[in-house]
Amino acid sequence: MNKRSRFWSILSKTLIGLALLFFYLPIFYIIVFSFNGKRSLTVLDGFSLQWYEKMFNDPTMMSSIWYTIIIAVISTIVATIFGTITAIGLSKSGKFLRKATERVNELPVMNPDIVTAISLLMLFSALAVTKGFVTMLLAHIMFCTPFVILSIMPKLRTLDPNLTDAALDLGCTPFQTMTKVIIPQIKPSIIAGALIAFTMSFDDFVISYFVTGNGVQNISILVYTMSKRINPSINALSSIVILIITVALIAANLIPIIRRKAFKSKQTQ
Amino acid sequence: MKMNAFRIMTYPYIAWITAMIVIPMILILFYAFTIEGNDVVSIKFSLENFTRFVTDTTFLRVVGKSLWIAFLTTIISIIMGYPIAYIISKARGNHGIILILLLTLPTWINMLVRTYAWMGILQEGGMLSKLLAFLGFPGVSLLYTDFAVTLGMVYNFLPFMILQIHTSLAKMDNSLLEAAADLGASRFQSFWRVTFPLSLPGVVSGITLVFLPAVSSFFIPKLLGGGQYVLVGNVIESQFLTAGDWNFGSAISLIMAVVIIFSMWLTRKIDVQPGKEA
Repeated sequence: MNKRSRFWSILSKTLIGLALLFFYLPIFYIIVFSFNGKRSLTVLDGFSLQWYEKMFNDPTMMSSIWYTIIIAVISTIVATIFGTITAIGLSKSGKFLRKATERVNELPVMNPDIVTAISLLMLFSALAVTKGFVTMLLAHIMFCTPFVILSIMPKLRTLDPNLTDAALDLGCTPFQTMTKVIIPQIKPSIIAGALIAFTMSFDDFVISYFVTGNGVQNISILVYTMSKRINPSINALSSIVILIITVALIAANLIPIIRRKAFKSKQTQ
Repeated sequence: MKMNAFRIMTYPYIAWITAMIVIPMILILFYAFTIEGNDVVSIKFSLENFTRFVTDTTFLRVVGKSLWIAFLTTIISIIMGYPIAYIISKARGNHGIILILLLTLPTWINMLVRTYAWMGILQEGGMLSKLLAFLGFPGVSLLYTDFAVTLGMVYNFLPFMILQIHTSLAKMDNSLLEAAADLGASRFQSFWRVTFPLSLPGVVSGITLVFLPAVSSFFIPKLLGGGQYVLVGNVIESQFLTAGDWNFGSAISLIMAVVIIFSMWLTRKIDVQPGKEA
């Protein structure tokens, strides 16, 4: 290795190291301070689990975790089914209907969150609906479904239309054609769409903040309202969120690998 | 005909988006072009909200500041993001994929949680001010400054820039670089005249993914800039949640939505162009 390329290699390693430090510093900071013995975000003093204890005994914090998960699960399921059916229907519809629906469908994706948020806020107050769990759930379904449709549509376009025609000719009902012919072919895109929908819902702050009421708070809203005062229980809550997401990500990345290995070992047996 | 069954499958969603997307957008339009008395009896159409947008000096200052902070965020993201994306695209074997995974992993964690963490780091007596004290600048509090807000935005949106630039660099045909080297170009020349121009579409879509959310963000300025720190997003929030002037708030949102959707449409056009030439 000559001098110059060694210089480049050291420089690029340093840059990557600094970038990783920048991205992970706040995350480690939160985890470390969640075990702090003192009520402080700047000075570490001893080890304690008191903030975790406080969190588990705080009904608003526990309910915010519950609301976040239940809303993310329901809106992911609804958005995935709704989005898949719609995307398949659109792929077999006329050009005008398809284009018009696609354009409207893109609006929540392109619009700044705050614009979507206030538009829903105005809708719910125009209808005089009490804001709370239901409005938040409806809003989440509203902004999650477009992502499912957007992740399925490109794959649908590549499918061979003859397969659908053959299924229909051979006497399949459209419903059977969908479940037995189309869906198996687009399964990876459906799963990808569902994952995007779940994280969108789990992470949402802006839209939830505007359409909720009645004391229904998700984790983001809770962090936002509590961050005005020093409250290390937020660190404990955040650490739990980090733990959940990390485990989920590792599982999502490892399960396919394990499956593939299991499949291969089965083949070799 | 059986094909009709497929069309019918789209009807529930069309009804749903009419109620949840189209009608709410019409509500924004309606409120933006009317003033006061929103009950049916006293609807008054007016352009007052828009004239206020361009004449109210306090508000214009807020717009200017939002654009400035978003501009700074974008420039810093390009300067930081380009070298990182470039290094990753040159990594051998699996290293590139692992690095991209490592860099995107934190973005899966709630934005609010990660922004909140910076409050502790930037506070007086926090990690960064301790570091500054060690370097000879004691007692500096970085929280609630322009610096803190810009840092928060760079932190949240930089990964988008890195991903976009990396995608366009990874797509690049390496034989182009070999050709440039064969034809006698130095490393710098081949970067400047081959790699860089080819990566521009990635930079452009990175800019939209950083600039646009930076302009409309409202919790980053609130958390890291403090209660007095006001950007456009905060104005919209206060119009709807405290001040109660929905008409002016709708006008601001409408202008923002139009500008953002138009610039996204524009970048999409730019993004397509180079492919067409090839």
